[in-house]
Amino acid sequence: MNIHEYQAKEILKRYGVAVPQGYPAFTPEEAYEAAKKLDTPVIVVKAQIHAGGRGKAGGVKVCKSKEEVKEAAAQLLGKKLVTHQTGPDGKVVQRLYVEAGCDIAKELYLGVVIDRASRRVTLMASTEGGMEIEEVAAKSPEKILKETVDPAVGIMPYQARKLAYGLGLKDKEAQSMVKFILALERCFEECDCSLAEINPLAVLKDGSVLALDAKMNFDSNALYRHKDIEAMRDFNEEDPREVEASKFDLSYIGLSGNIGCMVNGAGLAMATMDIIKLHGGEPANFLDVGGGASTEKVTEAFKLILSDKKVKAVLVNIFGGIMKCDVIAEGIIAAAKAMSINVPVVVRLEGTNVELGKKLLAESGLKLISADSMTDAAKKVIAAANV
Amino acid sequence: MAILVNKDTRLITQGITGSAGLFHSKGCKEYGTNVVGGVTPGKGGTVIEGFSVFNTVYEAKRETGANATMIFVPAAFAADAILEAIDTGIEIIVCITEGIPVMDMLKVRRVLEGSKSRLIGPNCPGIITPGQCKIGIMPGYIHKPGKVGLISRSGTLTYEAVYQLTQLGIGQSTCIGIGGDPINGTDFVDCLKLFNADPDTEAIILIGEIGGTAEEEAAKYIKENVKKPVVGFIAGMTAPKGKRMGHAGAIISGGKGTAAEKIAALEAAGIAVAKSPAEIGITLKNLIS
Repeated sequence: MNIHEYQAKEILKRYGVAVPQGYPAFTPEEAYEAAKKLDTPVIVVKAQIHAGGRGKAGGVKVCKSKEEVKEAAAQLLGKKLVTHQTGPDGKVVQRLYVEAGCDIAKELYLGVVIDRASRRVTLMASTEGGMEIEEVAAKSPEKILKETVDPAVGIMPYQARKLAYGLGLKDKEAQSMVKFILALERCFEECDCSLAEINPLAVLKDGSVLALDAKMNFDSNALYRHKDIEAMRDFNEEDPREVEASKFDLSYIGLSGNIGCMVNGAGLAMATMDIIKLHGGEPANFLDVGGGASTEKVTEAFKLILSDKKVKAVLVNIFGGIMKCDVIAEGIIAAAKAMSINVPVVVRLEGTNVELGKKLLAESGLKLISADSMTDAAKKVIAAANV
Repeated sequence: MAILVNKDTRLITQGITGSAGLFHSKGCKEYGTNVVGGVTPGKGGTVIEGFSVFNTVYEAKRETGANATMIFVPAAFAADAILEAIDTGIEIIVCITEGIPVMDMLKVRRVLEGSKSRLIGPNCPGIITPGQCKIGIMPGYIHKPGKVGLISRSGTLTYEAVYQLTQLGIGQSTCIGIGGDPINGTDFVDCLKLFNADPDTEAIILIGEIGGTAEEEAAKYIKENVKKPVVGFIAGMTAPKGKRMGHAGAIISGGKGTAAEKIAALEAAGIAVAKSPAEIGITLKNLIS
């Protein structure tokens, strides 16, 4: 799960990670009030969307007065920002963060991730603040310093010192940085983050350090133990179909093609999309109904697929393991009765209780196209979509 | 001979009194696995559907001589269940549970290092040596005893591949689902080492998917060590970047972990990569005949 910059900074502050003072704002008036409270010579108004590259897209405005802040807020709210991470449709700005400007000496990068290869929490630091870490990794990998954390002991101060001095910091700067790194890593572990990225991290002229920007992602499997963080989820930032799917514990990702897919199991669901593409079709979605889908879940899955007006045909591909084919068949029949399915549906069933499932479908009187293998199913659904 | 599990394996189930735990314990027993009991704290001393229930894994192991455990404990308590199993020194731990927090798994992995146990999963279908022992949730009847070893990050896609093999008359030595999570107990390379050393395994199928670098590591290992024929398949050619495709570990992040990169790595290692998920079985057949 992703959250906004201002929410991330709120969490970081609780852990003692230094952040500039700031207030969220939802209207130009609120932005004006925030500027009044801050009362600093420079105030920054930042669009809050779940995507990077806001600065380049005009989503960050540097202001010198409360009036300028109000004006900038009025310009930004409701504006559509298109960055390299939003896709061509962009994202509409609905929230702002009004933050105190600061006296920056230099900008650095600090990130915490879970490194899958070493199976450790890993810190990455670089002097190339403001640049994307992937770009630094590609152009000058020697500029990235790394420290991995042993889960048995947690991060040690020497590791933070290694990074701070490695970045060329001295005296008070290094001391502030060590404190910052230790606090950020503790926050990462205790909040079950999957990513915490401070880019840029500012070293100020007085020797202190601050998180100028903050991006945090969380392990959705651990949200049950962080209700406060879960409450920060902004549904406006997500695909409404994916939000709807998550209510029924379905895993759905919208794509741009015209063939709807309903599959059990993530690997098979991806492979089903792939085989449609391989035979010249375009999948409209990824949808995994999961291991133990009920009739209700199958019905909801159908509703979701058909709510996409681009869908011209549907492929149901089920390999019954935990899930029995007769349950899927009953779900399809119930869904067809509950709603009008006016696109062709190709069904391929295999596995536990397959004969019973096929019999139920055949006796239902529904106009379904049955298929015997994945290739057969893919070819039939593509032909049906192109009629 | 196969690998890791066989007719002598003695299995207990952690979470045996839950509906999934009980259902699949019965399924394993029906397949022929020696299911010797189970664990549910607080229900020790009872018997459920013929299975003796114990309060702790220690007790269950001591009383039944179990050398393998299958875990169906809910995600929030699963890391504790795995750690308890590791502490008893039980040889094989198969964790079916999906949705365990990554931070919990980092700790589990750390404790596994240097322990006597091997963890398979979590978030996996389990492991099966056809005709001898099934530990997990896969439909047993699609398998056939034979000489092909299969390793996969997916559940149902594994069934698909196994079914293709069986329909072609090709049996399997052992099939292992290593799970769809970013941090797991056993990876491709661990399984490849075992299959490479197993005289009963003559060919290997490796089914990967987007996310991480496990397939690239496998390709490197195969190139340097494996003489047996290997067939690969990677799911997720059409997966968009930055989206988690069902499995916690199936995500292209920072432009890394794409199917194209993985296929290129496998092909560079001389592995026959099936272009279509419907051709995994036939690709292997063509390779060995």
